[in-house]
Amino acid sequence: MYVAVKGGERAIDQAHRLLAEERRGDPSVPELSLAQIEQQLALAVDRVMTEGSLYDRPLAALAVKQARGDLVEAIFLLRAYRTTLPRLGVSRPLDTGAMVVHRRVSAIFKDLPGGQILGPTFDYTHRLLDFGLAEPCTPGSSATDEGAAGPEADASLPRVMDLLDREGLIESEPAVGDDGRVGDLTREPLSFPAGRDVRLQNLARGDEGFLLAMGYATQRGYGRNHPFAGEIRQGEVSVSLTPEELGFSVEIATITVTECQMVNQFNGSASMPAQFTRGYGLAFGSAERKAMAMALVDRALRGRELGEEATSPTQDEEFVLSHSDSVEASGFVQHLKLPHYVDFQSELVLVRDLRAAHGVTTPR
Amino acid sequence: MSRYNFAYLDEQTKRMIRRAILKAVAVPGYQVPFGSREMPLSYGWGTGGVQVTASVIGPTDVLKVIDQGADDTTNAVSIRKFFARTTGVATTTRTEEATLIQTRHRIPETPLAPGQIVVFQVPIPEPLRWLEPREAETRKMHALEEYGVMYVRLYEDITRHGRVAQTYEYPVIVNGRYLMRPSPIPKFDNPKLDRSPALMLFGAGREKRIYAVPPWTSVKSLDFDDHPFEVEHWDRPCDLCGARGAFLDELIVDDKGGRLFICSDTDFCARRQAAGDEPAT
Repeated sequence: MYVAVKGGERAIDQAHRLLAEERRGDPSVPELSLAQIEQQLALAVDRVMTEGSLYDRPLAALAVKQARGDLVEAIFLLRAYRTTLPRLGVSRPLDTGAMVVHRRVSAIFKDLPGGQILGPTFDYTHRLLDFGLAEPCTPGSSATDEGAAGPEADASLPRVMDLLDREGLIESEPAVGDDGRVGDLTREPLSFPAGRDVRLQNLARGDEGFLLAMGYATQRGYGRNHPFAGEIRQGEVSVSLTPEELGFSVEIATITVTECQMVNQFNGSASMPAQFTRGYGLAFGSAERKAMAMALVDRALRGRELGEEATSPTQDEEFVLSHSDSVEASGFVQHLKLPHYVDFQSELVLVRDLRAAHGVTTPR
Repeated sequence: MSRYNFAYLDEQTKRMIRRAILKAVAVPGYQVPFGSREMPLSYGWGTGGVQVTASVIGPTDVLKVIDQGADDTTNAVSIRKFFARTTGVATTTRTEEATLIQTRHRIPETPLAPGQIVVFQVPIPEPLRWLEPREAETRKMHALEEYGVMYVRLYEDITRHGRVAQTYEYPVIVNGRYLMRPSPIPKFDNPKLDRSPALMLFGAGREKRIYAVPPWTSVKSLDFDDHPFEVEHWDRPCDLCGARGAFLDELIVDDKGGRLFICSDTDFCARRQAAGDEPAT
């Protein structure tokens, strides 16, 4: 009998068994531990935490392992877990000015208070495969102990934007009060026009590849906004919470983040002196490419508020925000492999009828 | 699975979804935004339908899940398993035994009864989406009942092909007011929506919308006086059960043009076969 759909249940079980086997790979090769992933594939873990909207390194490492290194799948796993967690409270805004900095660069001032700190970056590596890494190396032989300073906890590192702000050269960031409620896309559906809080949340969760392409397009003229990397800083910040019953704030965690503040095209008119504008990016861990792309796109999407004409998809809030999410995009693109025989059969009937009307005969 | 709540979703989330459903029932055909959650299955696999089902299912419900009309397609199996595991409710393939039917792309051939709920999985809820991609615009068009563009689109089909060339997700007007996309069911099933005794709930997870057709509500497929709405028909009966007037799936059985036409509704077909209704040939 030609009923191809029979046995779906057994097929699913077998597919899961095969998947588990493939995930493990050759059993003669030692299995990856979560600690190895967390430590040695740290940037994968960072990306999964950022787009998964959950700061939990071991769980992100588990997701990477379970997803066989497919980061979009890992992000999905983490999201589906996150959505089941209770919402206990909302933290106070992070003070990135008080960051324990590991890396800090500004592309707009040669020197500035606190200096430029290169930190661990690929930026000036020569992209030559290091065949030395092919074999495990003995610990302690690395070059890190000489000259490389640890985090400069005591150094004062004012934010570059605050320095510009003091002179009025850049638009002021509207202060959000302690009671300032911010939107949450994971509770309320996105609606348009979206506030900047929700936009930034969407971009923070957005697919790095998508934002990279969108940000890149703004640089090439599709919604150009003349960006300068005002400051990129990466390091540890503390997260604090003010429980209602206590009335004072309590530090609950320290997390590593990368923040990018873009200084963009100035704005001004006959009645208003010229001022630079801002684009903002923030990501967990060291996801610097993501933070920079996010800042470019954030600025592009501020066109309405700054009175700019939207001429490119990169400036079109609905276009960008509706398509940035990798979990949504991946799902909808891939659902095309689910059965569509019914709709296709309807189309077949119609196309055959239309062709018959033209005198072409096909079997019915 | 004991670490998860009954039907997976927490009670707060269910309450939020039920509120959206109540609003949807109160305003038939209107798309209600809701705080769709990430589900443990992929967007596009029926997350909207699953959230609606999870919010209305109770311990005494009997659940049927179909995809393309069939109970045994992989995704139907997977969703049925999900609910069997997270709720422990009884499942069935028999349409009339089910109190709750989650479906993708079909409405069962067996007539529905009062008290039954059908939950549709919806990919794109907005009927005007291919005509206007912007949500901010389409919401305005619905508010103003500005549906002329849809008639123009159907008219363009008639000028080009001599007939309306829309075969699935054929647009309907619900309760004389809202234009609605009846998920991607074939237009063959559209008449089953009209004044159905069952409650029809539509869930779009990725697009975060819920809409509904309450029992006995009028659902009219758009048409013109000189081009009345018609459904597709097959010149032959089902090759397995001999049914005429059912929606048929086409199977290609060899590389010489051999084809088999069988009912897409597997429950309907299997029971006709068991009852001894043999193919006409």
